[in-house]
Amino acid sequence: MKKIINDPTTIVADALRGMALAHPGLLRITEDPAVVARADAPVRGKVAIVSGGGSGHEPLHGGFVGPGMLDAACPGAVFTSPTPDQVQAAVTQVDGGAGVLLVVKNYTGDVLNFETAAELVAADGIDVRTVVIDDDVAVRDSTWTAGRRGVGGTVLLEKIVGAAAESGADLDTCERLARAVVGNVRSMGIALTAPTVPHVGEPSFTLAEDEMEVGIGIHGEPGRSREPLADADAIVAALLDPILDDLPFAEKSRVLLFTNSMGGTPLLELYLAHGIAERMLAERGITVERRLVGPFITSLEMQGMSLTLLRLDDELTALWDAPVRTAALRWGA
Amino acid sequence: MGCDAGAVAAAIREAAAVITEHRDELVRLDQAIGDGDHGENLKRGFGFVVARLDESTPDTPAAVLKLVATTLISKVGGAAGPLYGTAFLRAATALGDGPELTPELISTALRAAVDGVVARGKAEVGDKTMVDALVPAAKAQGSTVGEVLRAAADAAEAGAESTVPLVARKGRASYLGERSAGHLDPGARSSALLLRSFADST
Repeated sequence: MKKIINDPTTIVADALRGMALAHPGLLRITEDPAVVARADAPVRGKVAIVSGGGSGHEPLHGGFVGPGMLDAACPGAVFTSPTPDQVQAAVTQVDGGAGVLLVVKNYTGDVLNFETAAELVAADGIDVRTVVIDDDVAVRDSTWTAGRRGVGGTVLLEKIVGAAAESGADLDTCERLARAVVGNVRSMGIALTAPTVPHVGEPSFTLAEDEMEVGIGIHGEPGRSREPLADADAIVAALLDPILDDLPFAEKSRVLLFTNSMGGTPLLELYLAHGIAERMLAERGITVERRLVGPFITSLEMQGMSLTLLRLDDELTALWDAPVRTAALRWGA
Repeated sequence: MGCDAGAVAAAIREAAAVITEHRDELVRLDQAIGDGDHGENLKRGFGFVVARLDESTPDTPAAVLKLVATTLISKVGGAAGPLYGTAFLRAATALGDGPELTPELISTALRAAVDGVVARGKAEVGDKTMVDALVPAAKAQGSTVGEVLRAAADAAEAGAESTVPLVARKGRASYLGERSAGHLDPGARSSALLLRSFADST
């Protein structure tokens, strides 16, 4: 294992200290329990949006804390969901009296810990709602699994609901918008290499030079199938087809296309893949109205990518365009 | 040995040592069909439990188990934290506030713990999870505390082994579908390890 670390057991706390120093004035970070909150929280009268999950997916979620997006994020250990007391601490720090929306990616651990946290917070008299995102079409038979995973769509959901909350939307509206995003967003990813979890010290799985894992999750958990490595056109098609099959994107559909790097794939390859995806969508008469390209929900140093498509309407588009000022996404503010 | 709070605390310390000893094995099992965090998370959680027992030993068996539960829930994260936390919490509640354990109380507490895990995790026998080890263990009976715990450990070990050919239907391994078959479930393995360590402590 080659990583820039001192001690695998303190990696998250050590990184949070650096993050706090890198973004003074924007973030307020506490270590025990670990919470990344916007510096001006709580914002009186505003619905607070709180998310969290295992570390190793940076910039998700801490990089999306700030005006126009999340009020707080709870980073767990690497690839391990945060604990209920962590979520409770985050909610207590940022509750502005208008209620709190918890954004949870659909993994067994995340759902269990946030469920417990929501009970604790509700017992404190805070109006708390939970939205679970499950946009990964790679998981086929949801009846016989833990269900679809929350992946790239999480970034879009946090941006859109964060914008709504910033503009003064109430908790019911924020919850409705979050469910609208969940209903209209689909993702799929592939991996070319495996990530190495610091406290494990070796790659999470092995892929031969000429193999790729199709339908990969964001924790190095293997995906749908192992296939011979293909060229970029074939890879993009292998990601787009299951997404388009799953959610009917009619001709003239307006979409946001999110081309994401899993951490190790450089922007050169990512832009190349994005170009192919735009061309393939145009050929199907689907209009790409908004884009996001870059490493925004990663799996440590894994090489690979994911595509996410969100069906847009005027309301979602306006919220996407609204100002945002976070460590990782920043425009108009 | 007696079965008072001190003995239960000693058994928990022994369990922590067993988990530490088997950390790498649990990591390897979890890497095969999950994400490799199970061994490290449990070791970290039981490390916190031992640290809290070093500060003070609660005065009833139930209070010891409640300390274990709250520590695991607040420190572990992942699925294992809330599931094992729930198990210990339900067991603590079932024990009541008596100063000594009896075979009947152990049987009752085991059933309550397993019912809690099933309710929380919504998994059934055959889903390739810790439930496959715990449900058979919950049927354990005997005329001494040691007998009940040994029966539970035997049943849990057999139950854990039964997960090898299964296709996972819950938890992260479920994403693998057919490819999850042929692997021992790490949660079932850690459940069997814990119960065996309790049996060996009596």
